[in-house]
Amino acid sequence: MPIKSAFTTTIDHVSILDANANFDEKLGSGLIPDADLVRLYEHMCVCRHLDEVAFKLQRSGRMGTFPQNMGQEATSMGAAYALDKTDWLVPCYRENAGLFWRGLPMEMILLHWMGDERGNAIPRELYCMPLAIPIGTQMLHATGLAWAAKYRGEKRLACTFFGDGATSEGDFHEAMNFAANLDIPVIFFCQNNFWAISVPGKIQCSAPTVAQRAVAYGMDTIQCDGNDIFSVVYCVRKAAALAREKGRPFFIEAVTYRLGDHTTADDARRYRDQAEVDAWKTRDPIIRIRKFLTTRGLWDDTKEAALAGRAERDVAAAVERAESIAPPSRDDFFNNMFATIPPDLALQRDTMQTHGIGQDPSQIDGAVIELPAKTSH
Amino acid sequence: MANLTLVQAINLALIQEMERDERVLILGEDVGLNGGVFRVTEGLHKRFGDKRVVDTPLAESGIIGTSIGLAMAGLRPVPEIQFEGFLGPAYDQICSHAARMRTRTRGAMTVPLTIRIPVGGGIHAPELHSDSPESIYIHQPGLKVVMPSSPYDAKGLLISAIRDPDPVMFFEPKRIYRAFREEVPEDEYTLPLGKARVVCEGNEMTIVSWGASVVQCMHAIERGGRSIELIDLRTLYPFDMDAVEASVKKTGRCVIVHEAPKTCGFGAEIAARIMERCFLYLESPVQRVAGFDTIMPYYKLELDYMPDADRIARAIEETAAY
Repeated sequence: MPIKSAFTTTIDHVSILDANANFDEKLGSGLIPDADLVRLYEHMCVCRHLDEVAFKLQRSGRMGTFPQNMGQEATSMGAAYALDKTDWLVPCYRENAGLFWRGLPMEMILLHWMGDERGNAIPRELYCMPLAIPIGTQMLHATGLAWAAKYRGEKRLACTFFGDGATSEGDFHEAMNFAANLDIPVIFFCQNNFWAISVPGKIQCSAPTVAQRAVAYGMDTIQCDGNDIFSVVYCVRKAAALAREKGRPFFIEAVTYRLGDHTTADDARRYRDQAEVDAWKTRDPIIRIRKFLTTRGLWDDTKEAALAGRAERDVAAAVERAESIAPPSRDDFFNNMFATIPPDLALQRDTMQTHGIGQDPSQIDGAVIELPAKTSH
Repeated sequence: MANLTLVQAINLALIQEMERDERVLILGEDVGLNGGVFRVTEGLHKRFGDKRVVDTPLAESGIIGTSIGLAMAGLRPVPEIQFEGFLGPAYDQICSHAARMRTRTRGAMTVPLTIRIPVGGGIHAPELHSDSPESIYIHQPGLKVVMPSSPYDAKGLLISAIRDPDPVMFFEPKRIYRAFREEVPEDEYTLPLGKARVVCEGNEMTIVSWGASVVQCMHAIERGGRSIELIDLRTLYPFDMDAVEASVKKTGRCVIVHEAPKTCGFGAEIAARIMERCFLYLESPVQRVAGFDTIMPYYKLELDYMPDADRIARAIEETAAY
């Protein structure tokens, strides 16, 4: 018998507004109304400014490690814009733009990186999960959240974000397999930024696209220019339609680039060429929207100056709110371990300043030795 | 009342909680059509359908990770990990996420999740089907850990676990799944998590144990001759130190029995707490009868590894003679 083909496929790539501001009218017209595009642009600029301020806060000792989002603003922003406000956003840690678009106050992100869990106490009605620090684990949570929506007969879906490095993790594959085989409406949104700290993408995936990983799970998949918000919105709408109508998951590989270091604790000059970074700077998602808006008469230098002033004020106000929050009580970390604190844990809490854990003070002769507070700011 | 095995008592608890609360669903490997490899979920798939009793892909991290999402969305998932030896792949999701989500979000997100896990040796099973890893999860802050030793306790504790607003590791000692029957009320009832049970009273010595080892302790005590108080902790976190303290202050002597390896086994914590609370009452050192600090042997030697009535009886005599 002749050998036949068992399966073939192609991976589509979507690009609507390219780095030279060439615009595909056929795919792009009507995709984002002008007024919305202006607002998206403004949000991206505020997010970029927050990156710059956060960097300085870290360098001046006012904040811990911070991962800059620079260069990747169009990905999560486009997704958050294209989704319903009651769809779950399940981020990694480079999705500030999308979270802010959804309505997460900027100071919550700042608080998180200032070492304060109150930054993760996200109001339920925002349908945002907190930043996920380990790599790839949140995709399973997104799958569970979307599964719960399906269980209840809701049309809600979950969109989870992760990088190219995360596609090497076992949890990525387990989440993809669960969602595909159990018909769970999750959008798996890969921000392929080519670098997992210092390790290049080819060590994570030797296939020509990350998108084709989804093919093995029987999942619809697409690749797009992640620095083009039009492409992102196009793909996420397509994914959301399938998820809502058919309950099927969808994979999006958004090709983008991390213009900054991995975090403020990293120095990317150690492992990547400046020429590569410079080339990607010309493909900056913010620059191309500004060009597009300017060409269409929707933006000018006066508006740009006003926006710069507003971004500065908004970010400064968020920093002020984050820095002026009352310090947590010394025993704050005991109080959300369980719905009801077990008696022994309450004893540890109540005696942390006065005597050894669990000791009955009546057994000891002598004074209580009080210890000083050590809260760091 | 019905005369039930531990497996039947757990099955009944699952049925009653699923009838009572639409949010309860079961997921895991072979839990659906097959009714679980130990038949704990027998009949549930037929009764509740594949929406509520779900055969998942074979992936433990996936089972627990998706259960965390289900729970955060407000459902009450009861996933099964088929054997305790397969907890390894799920360890990260359990300890890095289920245990931490409430505190990470300062209460904005919670994980009401009950993970059922057959545990322990004594059934002639292959490798990684006979371990006792409970201390690992007791040591992880943010989890509750339960291990019943009787059908009656299993039903009441499981119902409490499912209704608990926080993640619970519910270890089911497979050696006593079908070892004996007990009268179990057919109506639903709960037993509080964190409360020990005094199995038998005595004033000469205290034995503290949990899980299948409780049965071995009873065999040792039944050999007679001494007045021994046996405490079954039932819940390992939070644990009922008050019950242990009251008993040890009365008897002045204590033996702790568990199947898990000795070093950093939960017996070490109980012994340290007895030092904190009962130092001046002790007539002898606290002694432990435990598994050894070895890999659990294949089944030809498993009975030489596990604490049995002989070893416990010897510890009783040594402690009494001190």
